[in-house]
Amino acid sequence: MATKAEVLDFIRVYADKMAEHRQELTDFDQAIGDGDHGINMSRGFKAVMEKLPTVEDKNIDDILKAVGMTLVSTVGGASGPLYGTAFMKAGAAVKGKEELSNEDIILAFDEAVGGIQFRGKAVEGEKTILDSMIPAINAIKASIAAGKSMTDALVDAEAAAWGGVEYTKTIIATKGRASYLGERSIGHQDPGATSMAYAFQAAREVAAKAGN
Amino acid sequence: MVGIVVVSHSQKVAEGAVELARQMAPEAKLAAAGGMEDGSIGTDVSKILAGIEAVDQGDGVVILVDLGSAVMSSEMAIEMREGGSQVQIIDAPVVEGTIFSSVEASIGSSFEEVVEVLAGAKAYKKF
Repeated sequence: MATKAEVLDFIRVYADKMAEHRQELTDFDQAIGDGDHGINMSRGFKAVMEKLPTVEDKNIDDILKAVGMTLVSTVGGASGPLYGTAFMKAGAAVKGKEELSNEDIILAFDEAVGGIQFRGKAVEGEKTILDSMIPAINAIKASIAAGKSMTDALVDAEAAAWGGVEYTKTIIATKGRASYLGERSIGHQDPGATSMAYAFQAAREVAAKAGN
Repeated sequence: MVGIVVVSHSQKVAEGAVELARQMAPEAKLAAAGGMEDGSIGTDVSKILAGIEAVDQGDGVVILVDLGSAVMSSEMAIEMREGGSQVQIIDAPVVEGTIFSSVEASIGSSFEEVVEVLAGAKAYKKF
């Protein structure tokens, strides 16, 4: 489960991570893309942090939707519509909720990944955000089904996400700017998969702190 | 009159395309939705949405895009819109497409006719 305070905490922790890893994500993007992923994500989440105080007394769905709306107007690159859609879809999945059950959390993740697939017209294995996100969500589902707590499930999810990031080094990009590089994109990790792995890291840290 | 929105990662590119088109079709309904609010490089869904609303006169709106997130951001702007006439993203060169569609729209052509002209803009040979 997750309380509203934990959802807010997740957003704050993730925003901190995007600021902290700004240069690293930009460096990864410079290798195979247009070199703005870190700059874009940190700019977007800086705007989210400014917006958050105005919505933090609302329901979880309104908070997630506000995050998504802020991202689509402030990130600037493809990650704006992609992460923005993910947050908006996650919000719509938990309408009216002040607290999330494990089922709600899984549903929100499923809707978020569905939103990213719809928006980016991508599938797994194309060196994108999906390559860390899908394994992470599958890990959560498997761990919860095996009777683990959400905190433990998120430990597995983060490990799966970083495994996915490693996998992106071995494949050719077929989406986005990196696709122009063809085989030269091999050997480089995908910046979007990396920023998504940090989302699961943030969720794992928040859950561990809350002890769910 | 069919409205035209130019979406580019660069505010200057979008404004430049609009400037060129206005020279040939001063009465065309054009909106430049380039760059971010602070002028930096990127595409901004709210800016695109505002652009669509500014040029929609009830006869449809076409959107010219550069690449990457310009397409995704435009799709989101269309989805977020409530009401209004039909809006379509066109796969055509930004500068040429803006000029061709402005001229076509300004002579009172229908949405379908403007879309057809833009399809031609993609195949247009310069020499």
